[in-house]
Amino acid sequence: MNIALIVNGATRTVEVSPYKRLLDLLRDDLRLTGTKEGCGEGECGACTVLLDGIPVNSCLVVAGQCDGHTVTTVEGLADGPLLHAVQRELVARGGAQCGICTPGIAVCAAALVDSGACRTKDGDARAKVRELLAGNICRCTGYQLIVDAVLAAADQVGGES
Amino acid sequence: MTDYVRPRDDRDAIALRAAHPDYLVLAGGTDLLVSAHHKAEPIGILDLAGRFAGISADATTVRIGAGTTYRALAEARAIATLIPILAEAAREIGALQIQNRATIAGNLATSSPVGDGLPVLLALDATIHLASVRGERTVPYHAFCTGYRKTALGADELITAITIPRPAPGAYLAWRKVGTRRAQSISKVMAATCLEVRDGRIASARFGVGAVADRPIRAYAAEAAAVGQVPDAATGAAVAAALRASIKPIDDLRSTARYRLEIAGNLLARFVENAGQR
Amino acid sequence: MTQFSSDRVGQSVPRVDGVAKVTGTALYLDDLAIAGVRHGVTVRSTCPHAILDGFDRDPEFDWTGITVVTADDVAWGQPGFKQNVIAMLEDDQPALVPVGGRIKHWDEPLALIAAPTRARALAARAHFKPRFTPLPAIFTIDDALRAEVVLYGDDNVFKKFLVRKGHTDDAELERALAGCVRVVEGHYATGAQEQMYIEPQAMLAYHDGAVLHLVGSMQCPYYVHKAMKALTGRRADEIVVRQTVTGGGFGGKEEYPSMLAAHCALLASAAGAPVKMIYERDEDIAATTKRHPGRVHHKLGLAADGSIAVIDIDVIFDGGAYLTLSPVVLSRGVLHAAGPYRCPLVRVRGRAVATNHPPHGAFRGFGAPQTTFAYERQIDKLARALGVEAWDFRDRHALRPGDTTATGQLLVDSVGTDAIVDAIRKVAGSPPEPRGTNRHGAPVRRGRGYAFYFHGAGFTGSGEQRLAGRAAVSAQVDGTFMVHASSTDMGQGAITTFTQLAAGALGVDNDRVRVIDPSTDLVPDSGPTVASRTCMVVGGLVERASAVLRERLVAWGRQHQLDGDLSALARAATADGTDWRETVQYEPPPGIHWDDTTYTGQAYPCYGWAGCLVDLEVDLDTREVTLLRCVHAVDVGKAINPVIVAGQIDGGTVQALGWALLEQITYQDGRVANATMTNCIVPTFADVPDLETIIVECPYRFGPHGAKGVGEIPMDGPAAAVANALTDALGVEFDRLPILPEDIARALEVVA
Repeated sequence: MNIALIVNGATRTVEVSPYKRLLDLLRDDLRLTGTKEGCGEGECGACTVLLDGIPVNSCLVVAGQCDGHTVTTVEGLADGPLLHAVQRELVARGGAQCGICTPGIAVCAAALVDSGACRTKDGDARAKVRELLAGNICRCTGYQLIVDAVLAAADQVGGES
Repeated sequence: MTDYVRPRDDRDAIALRAAHPDYLVLAGGTDLLVSAHHKAEPIGILDLAGRFAGISADATTVRIGAGTTYRALAEARAIATLIPILAEAAREIGALQIQNRATIAGNLATSSPVGDGLPVLLALDATIHLASVRGERTVPYHAFCTGYRKTALGADELITAITIPRPAPGAYLAWRKVGTRRAQSISKVMAATCLEVRDGRIASARFGVGAVADRPIRAYAAEAAAVGQVPDAATGAAVAAALRASIKPIDDLRSTARYRLEIAGNLLARFVENAGQR
Repeated sequence: MTQFSSDRVGQSVPRVDGVAKVTGTALYLDDLAIAGVRHGVTVRSTCPHAILDGFDRDPEFDWTGITVVTADDVAWGQPGFKQNVIAMLEDDQPALVPVGGRIKHWDEPLALIAAPTRARALAARAHFKPRFTPLPAIFTIDDALRAEVVLYGDDNVFKKFLVRKGHTDDAELERALAGCVRVVEGHYATGAQEQMYIEPQAMLAYHDGAVLHLVGSMQCPYYVHKAMKALTGRRADEIVVRQTVTGGGFGGKEEYPSMLAAHCALLASAAGAPVKMIYERDEDIAATTKRHPGRVHHKLGLAADGSIAVIDIDVIFDGGAYLTLSPVVLSRGVLHAAGPYRCPLVRVRGRAVATNHPPHGAFRGFGAPQTTFAYERQIDKLARALGVEAWDFRDRHALRPGDTTATGQLLVDSVGTDAIVDAIRKVAGSPPEPRGTNRHGAPVRRGRGYAFYFHGAGFTGSGEQRLAGRAAVSAQVDGTFMVHASSTDMGQGAITTFTQLAAGALGVDNDRVRVIDPSTDLVPDSGPTVASRTCMVVGGLVERASAVLRERLVAWGRQHQLDGDLSALARAATADGTDWRETVQYEPPPGIHWDDTTYTGQAYPCYGWAGCLVDLEVDLDTREVTLLRCVHAVDVGKAINPVIVAGQIDGGTVQALGWALLEQITYQDGRVANATMTNCIVPTFADVPDLETIIVECPYRFGPHGAKGVGEIPMDGPAAAVANALTDALGVEFDRLPILPEDIARALEVVA
């Protein structure tokens, strides 16, 4: 099936089975290897991308469903050399260690921060970040510095929903 | 190669279902696509993502389109105001990425005994709306599950909507899920209730309980033990005992029969006591 | 937020590989594009103990383009492959079970299949079935000790240890125990734990002329190199092993990659093409090594004057089907078993036994978490029995300079006890209200628990001397400097730490230093990336090499009447092609005396010290535990990069909290029944509170800038603190891990 989708702002077309996982389409057909496979079951979140702007597990979306839709991967977060605030803060605050979960977390957190879903002035901001990122498993960091980084990014972006 | 059809609109979806009975009916895919790369390719995919959308409410009823995602349920004002326990349950399904895709109809059709959100629909006395090229019909949710992962959904039918009667003003609504961890977890035991207290006594009670049988259940024996009683600790204990006598949960990878039995009873007892303290 | 005004030692500079990781440009093995690569999969046993009779290969399947390798297909002893073995401490584990040989665990590798696509390889595997004759299997430590079924030697004991302090025979010990005014005795059990690195095991093998290349996710390139030499019979220079960016290890990629490398090499040879193998998550959980399940029988005897007079401990670890690293895990477990407490008379007995479980192996802490759980539960019980406040009790009995450990090691310096005791005391505050109600209206009980523990840094005894680790630093023609070490960064920040240490000793900016990717043709053997030794030992080598290189360059500069900064000197000195590389080898600090036969003396050059405080709440309707607070103070000697150190402490703490409350391996007839991420769970963001991590620095004279180890110690203590807090909350003892709501429900039932 001929699938046309907008990936990181550019229209891409591929000839694949409509049952091919979006994760494999990105990694194998488009050679965008930033999105990772950690489990194949939708448990770990390492494969998180934005589908029409919202975070989803790309291992649980098939190519046919993406025809005509928009996908943002970790490769599409930065604006040229300018990192997204979430990326900058993850680096600055030690929120990335082995890095395999980092693209999924960066993508998910960027969407949350840009949509204003977690602002530090909300009383339960840290708990909210933890709830919204709970679909991304990290085994290295113990989560602490990631929460710090996401809130620091939210402060900078100051998105209003 | 796998065929792929995407309906133009909801009516087209119903027609395509009849035309392609052996196609995989796919909406959110959060259950059907687990380990998809290891599964045999289906003959075809009928993609319902985005179909049967919409949440609305009138004076008596809340109507939820079958294709509504759990995230939409978690965030909709109408749900938060009128039937907040459905929003609470929605936020405990998997995690954000799953909620963004998983649909209420998918959950209903898969009909897992640990399907989150399903006990809430029992407690709220939901009605399932089905359609096929042969016409439309409704099934009360308490009659929809017919066995382990079996439902009343016909081979050529699609779920189009769920309607829920607006709970009486002052009704006590509660929900609790006990999962294997605090997020992204399978339920070990869960319960929901819609309880009405009038003149200091329980006038009506519905308890939906999950993960204690081969399907989500209405705890009729527990409801009978509640109606007419004062909502206090003693009634709570009686309700818990009635529930425990009426279910036979199992040991499995995630929990034990003993734990499920004890905690399921505790959840209902707590609902009863809390209803009395408002 | 830290300002990076000076980017060398003690500064939280952003990690060197940070931008690559947040932009998704860091290349893990599965991201590499390799022309003509085949995909390999493993045919595994579906029985825990059996004789392999043969294979049935479906003739109806289209086998075009499929490569199949069994042990019997390989001409062992001929050029190519020498012996069917995964060389580790012993050579008891085959790469593939041969026909007629014994299958010793479920999911044991029996055959290998490669195909141009993964889908084809999986399809072929479904048409290639092993035939076997089952044998009786054993799964418990007791069955192993009964030895009716023998898997190793003649008694199933992989290794045993006996440590005696302050007595010469058992009779003396028994008399001493009998003379105690009080004896606290406990039986403790801890379960297997899956490392759950988010990047599954991954490896690639290819031939380039006469050289066999292994590339992949690993902690120890030279372990893989050694195993490949034993497997293939090749010379050292005919094998190159290179680490790719590794998505987590925690010990799970210490020895297992040698098995995977063997499999890739076998397939690559047979296929005549590069072969990569990436494990599926289910397979990774089911088939690879786990933390050793353990049992500890622990007796603490108190003297009339209130001092601890006798400690008697018996440790038994389930090693699984093959020896792998069990002797070393047991060693560390035994050496930490008596804990950081003063006691003149100690006996520790330890055994690692064989069962038909998949072999257990390295996981952060490496035997110490298991024995730490036991001793911190015991100490807690003793404190309560005497009516002494829990943390005060630790304070009173903890080892301090001038005291001796269970192996008779005199502690002199870098003893963090006072600093840790004070750090926890300072922030502890009041314990939580014992009773309350939560947002569900359920009654709750709250409690506080502590743990105090230590962890020996580096290899035991003369281990570091035997390793004779080496590292090098070289000047480059472009004025930069390169660090050559076999230490791998698996997330713990080795690259950044080495950069800071080298730059600091060279006197250059961090960006003038590059740490080369560990590849056995480019770096010397610095020893494995394990045992909390990377910063302390290898970092020390990197620093020394840098300092010497600087001296040499400066001296050369003076000789040639050149000045300018070190970069300029480097450019000038290398201009004529001279190789300016300084290689240094480990020199043990003076006064390390260790006796391997009696297991006495200086077990470790130094210890890290730590204290943990946990406040928690138990919902009495559901028995679920909510962690309210977790404070962890860790003495690391010197934090070369405080943010990296804090991240290590945070990460280890959460793994320990998971081990205490959530994580388990469920075996059914020797098979891992919960081998999916859904059923083999680890903590999410929502399962742990904000952590209060306190870095304490009691410098170690022989560590770079005083640094000692940090990687493992955070794993050792929190589980005991959790169990102690639960006892405080509920008045019931919890002596087994994990402590699930089902276990709490059961314990409360017994009381009621």
